[in-house]
Amino acid sequence: MTAHASGDKRFKILEAHIKKFQARQDALIEVLHKAQELFGYLEDDLLLFVAHRLKLPPSRVYGVATFYHFFCLKPQGAHTCVVCLGTACYVKGSAKVLAAAEAAAGIKSGETTPDSQLSLLTARCIGACAIAPAVVYDGQVAAKQTPEMVLAQLEKWREPCKATT
Amino acid sequence: MAAKTLKIDGRQVSAAEDTTVLDAAAEAGIRIPTLCHLEGVYDAGACRLCLVEVAGTAKLLPACTTLVAEGMEVVTQSDRLRRYRRMTLELLLAERNHVCAVCVANGHCELQSLASEHGIDHVRYDYRFPRWGVDATHPRFGLDHNRCILCTRCVRVCWHIEGAGTKNVAGRGAKSFIIDDLNQPWGDSESCTSCGKCVLACPTGALFDRGSTVGEMERDRTKLEFIVNAREKKQWIVSE
Amino acid sequence: MEGTMQGDDLAAIAEKHQGSRRKYCLRTCMSAGCMSSRADAIKKGLDAEVKAQGLEGEVEVRRVGCMGFCGLGPLVGLDGMKEREILFEHVTPEDAPAIIRAVQAKDHGLQVADPDHPFFSKQMRVVRANGGIIDPERIEDYVAANGYRALYHVLTDIRPAEVVEEITRSGLRGRGGAGFPTGLKWGTVAKSPGARKFVVCNGDEGDPGAYMDRSILESDPHLVLEGMAIAAYAVGADQGFLYVRAEYPLAISRLQTAIRQAKQLGLLGGGIFETPFTFNVDIRIGAGAFVCGEETALMASVEGRRGTPRPRPPFPAERGLWGCPTLINNVETFANIVPIINRGAAWYAGIGTERSKGTKVFALTGKVQNNGLIEVPMGITLRQIVEEMGGGAIGGAKVKAVQTGGPSGGCIPAEYLDTSVDYESLTKLGSIMGSGGMVVMDDSTNMVEIARFYMDFCRDESCGKCIPCRAGTVQMFELLEKILSRKATARDIAMLEELCDLVKHTSLCGLGQTAPNPVLSTLRFFRNEYTELLQPEPAGECAASGQ
Ligand SMILES: Cc1cc2nc3c(=O)[nH]c(=O)nc-3n(C[C@H](O)[C@H](O)[C@H](O)COP(=O)(O)O)c2cc1C
Ligand code: SF4
Ligand code: SF4
Ligand code: SF4
Ligand code: FES
Ligand code: FES
Repeated sequence: MTAHASGDKRFKILEAHIKKFQARQDALIEVLHKAQELFGYLEDDLLLFVAHRLKLPPSRVYGVATFYHFFCLKPQGAHTCVVCLGTACYVKGSAKVLAAAEAAAGIKSGETTPDSQLSLLTARCIGACAIAPAVVYDGQVAAKQTPEMVLAQLEKWREPCKATT
Repeated sequence: MAAKTLKIDGRQVSAAEDTTVLDAAAEAGIRIPTLCHLEGVYDAGACRLCLVEVAGTAKLLPACTTLVAEGMEVVTQSDRLRRYRRMTLELLLAERNHVCAVCVANGHCELQSLASEHGIDHVRYDYRFPRWGVDATHPRFGLDHNRCILCTRCVRVCWHIEGAGTKNVAGRGAKSFIIDDLNQPWGDSESCTSCGKCVLACPTGALFDRGSTVGEMERDRTKLEFIVNAREKKQWIVSE
Repeated sequence: MEGTMQGDDLAAIAEKHQGSRRKYCLRTCMSAGCMSSRADAIKKGLDAEVKAQGLEGEVEVRRVGCMGFCGLGPLVGLDGMKEREILFEHVTPEDAPAIIRAVQAKDHGLQVADPDHPFFSKQMRVVRANGGIIDPERIEDYVAANGYRALYHVLTDIRPAEVVEEITRSGLRGRGGAGFPTGLKWGTVAKSPGARKFVVCNGDEGDPGAYMDRSILESDPHLVLEGMAIAAYAVGADQGFLYVRAEYPLAISRLQTAIRQAKQLGLLGGGIFETPFTFNVDIRIGAGAFVCGEETALMASVEGRRGTPRPRPPFPAERGLWGCPTLINNVETFANIVPIINRGAAWYAGIGTERSKGTKVFALTGKVQNNGLIEVPMGITLRQIVEEMGGGAIGGAKVKAVQTGGPSGGCIPAEYLDTSVDYESLTKLGSIMGSGGMVVMDDSTNMVEIARFYMDFCRDESCGKCIPCRAGTVQMFELLEKILSRKATARDIAMLEELCDLVKHTSLCGLGQTAPNPVLSTLRFFRNEYTELLQPEPAGECAASGQ
């Protein structure tokens, strides 16, 4: 049996991962983690695939996927900027960092720019509190960020040709 | 099974050891307000209206999930409990859009009757006026999210009595909502058997039979009880 | 090859490992904090420089976990010098040649931290003893530091009930927030009937502004695994789960490495140390929900469901994962087990206060000079932590309050800095010990804003199952907004207090039950900041507030 009608190889990888858990229903969250890692986000088709393979009602899969904020059901931008709004970062001014990023990108946190270039997100502490305020640019944690620094990074992403190092 | 003797509102009550305080009280003719409890379906302990005071315990305990114990002294009515119940109901009324005057369940709604029982003539909290829609895609039933109190009674009957697993809660916190399958229109649901149990279970006007107009949505819960007894206890209790 | 390990083998591993040691050791912090400032490039630079200078026989460059003083990072420690260790601060990859000069006792001109600084000298390292010393990705390092000896001792010399007794005698209380006596919990699980039992390590660390558990997991993963194994033996479990939040990828990967290595050496798996004891550990990755730190929600999540709490009783100790008796402890709680077994309950009970024993790790952050992780004996005062170790507020400002316990805790005003850090004293002040977040606020902080910040957090993180928390946090947040926008009257404060009372006493789980704490504590100590924002009561409306 082919993994998925589309023939997309990623479904095969996901299928193998599901097998590793013997298609156990309690592995749903592990499987969703893998699915998001492979596909970037969880679209309906993918959630339905997971439901079928784990023999779970779709409502359960959807309920779980929307309960946990780590899972996203919409595509993310090419770059992601995650501003930490944990307490340590907050008292050191991360709200201003976020406001600057929102103003520059023209979107609110949780949104993606219309050109799909940037997703602006927030986190509730990433465990880097001693170097607050912390911002995660494309998975890389940056320490002691200021509004100027976040603007510089967004600028750098916007003009990739200029950012030669 | 060993029987336990306890006191509820000063009255001596005896009940089997795996009985809940709620059932023991009901047996003795003492009614404790509930919203998420539904006879025959496992309890969630979610609405917190059934909280009671138990001597020797600092915390208030939900009657629906607390088992009776020997020598237990339970108080189901006090100024404090009434105040809490009233506030909880007010919070519910302010949370979504409960406009009883135009509701199909007007006059047959558990939220409405509890509110009037608790003397709520106005709500002191700011109405949130969230924008929730109505799903009218199912040929026989409808779901008006504006009137949903997230008691999950529909979810529990659909999973545990019907076994279809069509309904669930999506999202979390105040943004939670009831879904069918992958949050798709109810009418498109592949798993729904159109059994109507969820509609029978709903305490408010959120789930309704299509075609009912204001005040018409009266539910015959005995139907639900019949099915629950038949499936869970293998007892078919028909009326004489 | 699995399950062939014996006590002597541990010694052999340790000895062999000692033999491979060099005269000098450059310990490079590779924990999340320092990694954010190119710590990996620093290690590469040092490796290259050592090679270039042909010093491989003399200098070891070791990847280590968190050294604590994260605010000064990236940090590199140098051992083996004639006098004492040197700790280089704010290191850059370009500093590698200078550091090698320091090894050669030449002029290096780098910034170094003062080892006599109270930030270090006032610490007492029990659970963090190996942090920043050993390589967390090499089990040999842990074994050489006496690792897995406690497990060997327990499995071969002590009965499970005696292990429970030892932990009870130590006076250890849970480090996840509530401070429940650990020995008592273990005893309950041990006594609960069940064909299968589970041990769960709670590494959800949801308090925003705290990273003690992350640091322990990243710096000394085997310490936690060994603690879990001892617990499993004591309560009769054969399977463990480590629940770690997805925000901690480095901790997750180090744990995966640690579990793999422990299995290879037969320290996890079947027949450990040639005894009948079997223990396996699986990692479960959280997915961004604070409420999953609550034990019943955590179990729902481990079972792959929505992380909504359920009423207790039944407690997990009686009916936990898949209905089986389950022991749930916090990361730091498990990290305390090995030292207690190795050094004895009496030694442990000698540290701390009457009712709070041992040490506690805190993440000292916020508007304080010295940011970082500290491990201190219980009973130390907040003043010693904030003023001596932390060096007081930044830039000559004054400390206004110290927040402990995160969204479940409260703000302790500067007047109470002489309070002893123990479970009871902090609770008396309307806060809690919490898991170890300690955020310092200076006099520029608006306390009503802080209250709103936490309420926003709770409103966002409420699972939505019960009404008081789901709808109450929303209304409380709106009232705080109203107060901050100067539109509220005294009646709104009364409504806020009434809601705090409701949510605290009627919510289903700890999240709701403690959500009002930041509001209540700021109202208690900084009420004037609220009243200053109020509008006078509009005339004529008072009559309606008869209730
Ligand atoms: C909302 C909420 C969040 C919690 N978060 C955590 C957490 O992140 N880590 C933790 O160890 N315990 C957390 N707890 C406490 C756990 O429920 C549980 O008591 C603890 O893990 C028990 O371990 P201990 O006895 O070793 O402290 C939380 C509790 C609540 C109510
Ligand atoms: S009609 Fe029956 S199957 Fe369909 S959602 Fe309702 S309870 Fe479930
Ligand atoms: S639709 Fe009705 S039964 Fe279902 S959760 Fe809402 S109020 Fe309860
Ligand atoms: S108190 Fe809050 S988090 Fe806990 S069960 Fe209720 S709604 Fe969920
Ligand atoms: S508060 Fe931002 S990293 Fe912890
Ligand atoms: S009926 Fe008990 S909590 Fe709702």
